[in-house]
Amino acid sequence: MATAVELQNVVKSYGNLQVIHGVNLTIDPGEFTVFVGPSGCGKSTLLRMIAGLEAISDGDLLIDGERMNAVTPSERGIAMVFQSYALYPHMSVYKNLAFGLETARLPRAEIAKRVLRAAEILQIEPLLNRKPKQLSGGQRQRVAIGRAIVREPKIFLFDEPLSNLDAELRVQMRVEIAKLQQRLGNTTIYVTHDQVEAMTMADKIVVLRDGRIEQVGAPLDLYNHPRNLFVAGFIGSPKMNFLQISAAEIEVDADATGSAAGRRPDIPMTLGIRPEHITIDPNTGAALGPLKVVLVESLGGQTVVYATAANGQTITVVLDGQVAVGETLEAFFDPAKAHLFAADGNVMTGARLPHIIKLV
Amino acid sequence: MSAITGEQAISTQRSGLAGRISDFFWKHPHVFLAVMLAPPLLWLGIIYLGSLLALLLQSFFSIDDYSGLVNYEFTLATYGQLLNETNLDIIIRTVCMAAIVTLFSALIAFPIAYYAARYARGKWKALFYLGVMLPLWSSYLVKIYAWKLILAKEGILTWLLTKLNLLWLLDAWLSLPVIGGNSLSVSYTGTFIVFVYVWMPFMILPIQASLERVPVNLIEASSDLGSTPQQTFRHVLFPLALPGIVAGSIFTFSLTLGDYIIPQIIGSSRLFIGQAVYAQQGTAGNIPLAAAFTVVPIVIMGLYLWAARRMGAFDAL
Ligand SMILES: Nc1ncnc2c1ncn2[C@@H]1O[C@H](COP(=O)(O)OP(=O)(O)O)[C@@H](O)[C@H]1O
Ligand SMILES: [Mg+2]
Repeated sequence: MATAVELQNVVKSYGNLQVIHGVNLTIDPGEFTVFVGPSGCGKSTLLRMIAGLEAISDGDLLIDGERMNAVTPSERGIAMVFQSYALYPHMSVYKNLAFGLETARLPRAEIAKRVLRAAEILQIEPLLNRKPKQLSGGQRQRVAIGRAIVREPKIFLFDEPLSNLDAELRVQMRVEIAKLQQRLGNTTIYVTHDQVEAMTMADKIVVLRDGRIEQVGAPLDLYNHPRNLFVAGFIGSPKMNFLQISAAEIEVDADATGSAAGRRPDIPMTLGIRPEHITIDPNTGAALGPLKVVLVESLGGQTVVYATAANGQTITVVLDGQVAVGETLEAFFDPAKAHLFAADGNVMTGARLPHIIKLV
Repeated sequence: MSAITGEQAISTQRSGLAGRISDFFWKHPHVFLAVMLAPPLLWLGIIYLGSLLALLLQSFFSIDDYSGLVNYEFTLATYGQLLNETNLDIIIRTVCMAAIVTLFSALIAFPIAYYAARYARGKWKALFYLGVMLPLWSSYLVKIYAWKLILAKEGILTWLLTKLNLLWLLDAWLSLPVIGGNSLSVSYTGTFIVFVYVWMPFMILPIQASLERVPVNLIEASSDLGSTPQQTFRHVLFPLALPGIVAGSIFTFSLTLGDYIIPQIIGSSRLFIGQAVYAQQGTAGNIPLAAAFTVVPIVIMGLYLWAARRMGAFDAL
């Protein structure tokens, strides 16, 4: 049975500097959770507090309902995979894998059995007698994962495990880690600053900024219903377009939620439209006006178009087919797929857009 | 004709001797490298290795007992002489001293280096470097004579122990055979203390450097993998610091093997290798035996490095 993790008002301070400001989070058993956010937002710190490598300044960490704040790392039932692998240079791959079992004084035969099984799962059997410095980056990464697997932990923790690999290997290892987690079924917490990794691997994404949770949800949840400008801009690639529009033009339902109540007609609002939701099909919803194409990235089937709107703002559009620089596009979008953000950055629901958008 | 213009199109010829030399080197980097490296290599080869070989050669000659002149014929007689009882005694004494000095230097240096590498920051780190290096800036002889005064029978150490009512401890120690004596300044214990003091920086600095290079996440991974701090020390920190300890011990060991001033000033009057070399090549005028004596530390260090390598001391490099 997999393990649940719960953070209750967790705070981390280094001296007077508070870097995690009261995080509340529940991770369900067997879930693949990804902490994502820009560099320095506190992802590693949060993970290391769960691992027990960093003391928790305030609040509680519960693993399977038990308070773990004062429990040593080795007794939390976790195994961590470090960004720089942290393999022991003076030990062979076999020794590296066996290390955590030898310190636990497991019988030799049991150690051998587990190491060989992990090696088989990760396909590193031929490497067992090598030293880490004789391995490629991807192989080292596998050994580091193997070292976590052999301990048969309740929870896997990964801290940006792929950021030292090249792009191609990264994609491959991404798939492998996700498959491995499905196969083993362990609760897993995975830290990355790469939203593509988060989107492709996670059951649940936790978006962090400056030591606070911005939003928690399934990948498509965050994509379809970002709660604020930060999440909207962080999730999705290419980035969502943010357009300033006049609040006076927007009708608001009586039962509107969010920041609608505090809306002021004289303060512009932000309209968020994903590049892939802008089309040149005039039958689609609202008109965005003419866009002048200034730069084109052709990916073959799709084209990423960077264009300027009437008010001079750059708008990114992903189109099927091909477009030439200098062309002018009449752009449209489906208001149902657009997002409206109030001046405080929070999303606003229950608002109706006019048929033609005037940018300010 | 066309070939010449072609060449000029690529590299515009510079005028003047310096310019032409510079161009030449630019086009022939290997020549440049050779010219750069030749002087130091010649220095190393001739002055250093050459004199070492000359020394080795000397040890295979012998001295004529009657005339006192060197007999330039190949013989192993000098080495036979080296292994007679008196000389063997000197060798064993020196090697034991070097080994004990090295061991204790490592034991004392490790915690200091560990603190400096893992915990000291900013001001404390600067203070550490200053504290370790400061003794190196003062004269070696001054330090040894200072120690002579400290360790002498009428010295500050005796005085301090008297005040602390611990004089009986010192007396008990000095009454021990071999390591005891009339006072610390004329005992092997005194020689040992001064050796350890004088070579300490050479042990601390390499260990500190090696500990500093151990990534923090290796230590963290170890505790994550369930190690106790003792296990982490034994299986992670110590093996990774071993090259530093070996480097430091090469210093303390070889410096002790070769030193002839400290045992001269502090300690019993029995000879160490360095003193024997000094006496043989000076007053006794027996250059071959002096040379044979100097070969001893070289051989011992060779064996030591070989053994350290075999034991995997350099695996973490
Ligand atoms: N040992 C430390 N002392 C002081 N500040 C730290 C320490 N470790 C991390 N921080 C700060 O905490 C914040 C979060 O760091 P971190 O968790 O490493 O971010 P991330 O992993 O998201 O890039 C950063 O602002 C960083 O400067
Ligand atoms: Mg980080």
